[in-house]
Amino acid sequence: MNRRRFEENFFKTIMIISFLLVVGSLCFILFTVIVKGLPALNWAMLTQTPKGGYYLGKEGGILNAIIGSIYLAGGGTLLALILGLPIAIYLSVYGRKSRISDWVRLSLDVLWGVPSIVYGAFGFILMLAMGMRASLLGGILTLALLELPIMTRAMDEVIRMIPRDLEQASFALGATRLETAIHVIIRQTLPGIITAILLAFGRGIGDAASVLFTAGYTDRLPGGLLRPVASLPLAVFFQLGTPFPEVQQRAYSAALVLTFIVLIISLGSRWLSSRLSRYALK
Amino acid sequence: MDSHVQTINLNAYYGAEPALKNVNLEIPKKQITVIMGPSGCGKTTLLKTMNRFLELTDGTRISGKVLIDGENIYDPGVDVTEIRKKAGLLAQHPYPLPMSIYENVAYGLRIHKMKHGRELDQAVEHYLRVAGLWEEVKDRLRAPATGLSIGQQQRLCLARGLAVEPELLLGDEPTSALDPISAQYIEQRLLDIKNRYTIVLVTHILRQAKRLADYVIFMYLGEVVESGPAKDVFESPKQERTRAYLEGQF
Repeated sequence: MNRRRFEENFFKTIMIISFLLVVGSLCFILFTVIVKGLPALNWAMLTQTPKGGYYLGKEGGILNAIIGSIYLAGGGTLLALILGLPIAIYLSVYGRKSRISDWVRLSLDVLWGVPSIVYGAFGFILMLAMGMRASLLGGILTLALLELPIMTRAMDEVIRMIPRDLEQASFALGATRLETAIHVIIRQTLPGIITAILLAFGRGIGDAASVLFTAGYTDRLPGGLLRPVASLPLAVFFQLGTPFPEVQQRAYSAALVLTFIVLIISLGSRWLSSRLSRYALK
Repeated sequence: MDSHVQTINLNAYYGAEPALKNVNLEIPKKQITVIMGPSGCGKTTLLKTMNRFLELTDGTRISGKVLIDGENIYDPGVDVTEIRKKAGLLAQHPYPLPMSIYENVAYGLRIHKMKHGRELDQAVEHYLRVAGLWEEVKDRLRAPATGLSIGQQQRLCLARGLAVEPELLLGDEPTSALDPISAQYIEQRLLDIKNRYTIVLVTHILRQAKRLADYVIFMYLGEVVESGPAKDVFESPKQERTRAYLEGQF
């Protein structure tokens, strides 16, 4: 009796500790970023490009990195979606139990675990082979590769949860698998699909290592697909690496902006998916 | 007898397990045929061979023929979506599509490009009336179909199925998930439309079979034990097993 009560309490305590650990670290990160970043955050930070070079720039802003990051992650997410949604639909509608699907899932799971610096190096080698310089396009392609497994597997999981009877309700009316996928399955899983897109976008916009070689860095605004482009994670990285406290503080502002962008996008997509799930079968 | 569906030496297997054994049947046109029998006797399997739903389950295999209007639906050249359009299905549990009430009925008409614009509106109204749902939903056609009660959902599924103009309506215990009043309502609708459609109904409720059936098929362990006009089978069954089932011995 005592031993069983001890077990109950033991696991309850562990549960509370892990909860505090998770919420605590989130709060601590937000706290650090806000306390250190807010003082340096001003209108100029958001609306100007750096003055005096990006390593030593004590003036101007990080508009180059904000716009650059949105272009990079937006482009990468769009590309990953164009490839990932059909893959997810194939996996869970067409080849539900085929051997190919098993292999594709395994490959995606392995790719999910590959460190982003490896994607960066891979993208870099590819670009060298194609005679490309570090550019927006290179960054977008690399981020799309990084995001593809995350997005596809997340979508695959939600699509697989669909009751087969719902799918069959559409088949019973003489619909093809494609019609069923487009009109029934995607509608039913839209909230989950949006979550998957967001997850991938969050991973893409926050990643520094994959864009380090492939997108490069610049203190200018993005000037085309084949020009180098700045990004927020790298802005944080470079600015935090300088010995000057003023520049370091700007790194925290950049981190704050990055966090804020992710926050807005996740709240926005929450709202969107709750609106779109009105018709879905609960 | 003017038959609409005919099976010839039909066998079905789940893996190595036979589920239907040499079934030879004729199902009469524009009548209600009830397939009855104890659970596991293959009645749902038999129904699923008629719209080629059995092949959606992994590891199933079929031999023999199923003729609808004299055409074997298992011939290699047959378009499976055409077969399913011809043979509407009313499932055990209603699954409204994730869209509005209106769109649920319009769905089939849209994918088969059968109706557009005003014609579509009229068709939606018409089939909702046939299913006896129009008066209850006419003011909220754009509302999610999932907001309907389960009985209303089953009638919506009936409207949706009839909208693509099937000739055959397959019911897989369509009232078993419903409350008695909704069940009665569905039964009444089926009686109303039976002179226009060939209806094949699977049920394990003997009283329902007696209320609805014009023609009866009694199955046991994957075999057809007896089939014939309802009156004959219910009042003077030829087979001992049928008699035992009707007396409640299974």
